[in-house]
Amino acid sequence: MADQDGTPDITPERIYLNRRNFLRTGLLAGTAATTALVYRSFRPGSVTAPASEPARILTDPATGDPATSFEEIANYNNFYEFSTNKTDVAAKAQALRTRPWAVEIGGMVAAPQTLTIEEILDWPQEERVYRFRCVEGWSMVIPWTGFQLSELLARVQPLEKARYVAFETAYDPATMQSELSAGIAFPYVEGLRLDEAMHPLTILATGLYGKPMPNQNGAPLRLVVPWKYGFKSIKSIVRIYLTDTEPPATWSITSPREYGFYSNVNPSVDHPRWSQKTERRIGEYRMRETLMFNGYGDEVASLYEGMDLTKFY
Amino acid sequence: MNRIQYMKVVVAVNATLPLGLLLMDLQAGRLGVNPVEYFLRATGVVALIILLATLAVSPLRKLTGFNELIRIRRMLGLFAFLYASIHLATYSVLEMGLDLGDIITDIGNRPFIAVGMAAFLGLVALAITSTNAMIKRLGGKNWARLHMLIYPIAVLGVIHFWMIVKSDIFYPALFAAAAAVLLGYRVVSKVRKRQIIKPDSTRAN
Repeated sequence: MADQDGTPDITPERIYLNRRNFLRTGLLAGTAATTALVYRSFRPGSVTAPASEPARILTDPATGDPATSFEEIANYNNFYEFSTNKTDVAAKAQALRTRPWAVEIGGMVAAPQTLTIEEILDWPQEERVYRFRCVEGWSMVIPWTGFQLSELLARVQPLEKARYVAFETAYDPATMQSELSAGIAFPYVEGLRLDEAMHPLTILATGLYGKPMPNQNGAPLRLVVPWKYGFKSIKSIVRIYLTDTEPPATWSITSPREYGFYSNVNPSVDHPRWSQKTERRIGEYRMRETLMFNGYGDEVASLYEGMDLTKFY
Repeated sequence: MNRIQYMKVVVAVNATLPLGLLLMDLQAGRLGVNPVEYFLRATGVVALIILLATLAVSPLRKLTGFNELIRIRRMLGLFAFLYASIHLATYSVLEMGLDLGDIITDIGNRPFIAVGMAAFLGLVALAITSTNAMIKRLGGKNWARLHMLIYPIAVLGVIHFWMIVKSDIFYPALFAAAAAVLLGYRVVSKVRKRQIIKPDSTRAN
């Protein structure tokens, strides 16, 4: 093609180069923006401070270590019903409906009953500052509020033949993710031996930092067994029953070689894929030594006298 | 700026960005409740992404006929090495307190650490031999043979990632699938080549 005057119809070099530079700069900016956006989409959600941060300084009574902050406790959670990403759980668990809520207590008991959460919250609650050690190798110091599980068990009067206590988490497919996404079966189930359940350190918690339990931490009612790995401390309980056989526990069904029924914190029994000798306390950079029974050995070691804890891990 | 220089700028900018953003967020306390874990995971994942991008260069080149792509492969490989180095350094300093004895014990204790270390040693070998001088010194054939190490390194990298998750295998599975496609492509094209060569060789007899 040519113009009327016969000169070839090509873009002058200067314009061509300008256009090329423009496209190149645009493309570079576009890829960089995409990279940054992808990066941002994976960054953990920002940790927001609660409306009223308590002024009290809480410490672990045994070690004097300061309690982990509320924001940290409430923004780093394993709750596979909502997300397998610990920093995503807080947002997703807002979908959990905690009212109305009832807990059914039955099995081998003389007085089975169904309690509403309001009834349970009316009981006297006390604060317990416990160390919390996750099987993944991190730990916190958490000021729970709640009551001893033994108090609840006394109300239902376990029968002579009862040996174990089983627990079940709520499962609502409408607000929770699928088993396929989570990689574990639902509802989440856990269990304790009856003497472990009756131990004074074992509590049912209804709050932390003196506030109602945040959804992501297992609202409205969860178990806390401070000498066991965190996954034993089952969340959002709807059913408790007593039995004479060892009840199923979700993680030990999922991977029996890696997670046993007992799952006591034990630095000398490694997870098959990682060591349990050390842990990172949330808020600290360097690792700490992990203590036998999470440091509660004086209180609970007698429960396991004569047992080979490498076999009953 | 010619086309190759421009491609290099695009690669360098995009490969440097995650590190810059990570450091900024670390400084500003925006890496969540367990920043060490996040930084470790992120540098590891970026290393793996760039490693797979390196492996994607040859197939893309063959499929598109855009031969100049090969000129960005070394840079990609070195960026993968950079992120892997930062990943390992973070682990060594913040998890292990730079205690060599502890690190060696940890390699024995935790299989996924051993797998990661093996992959890293492979990357070191590739990084030191990545210069033009080294290619000359080794000879093209030997060099190419040594750099086949990239395949087992990629596989080890994906296994290393897979081994740390509990049941949420989505991302490791995604990386495994990508690695399988990239390695599978090579196997398939090699088999095809042989099939094409075969009739020729019979005729030559």
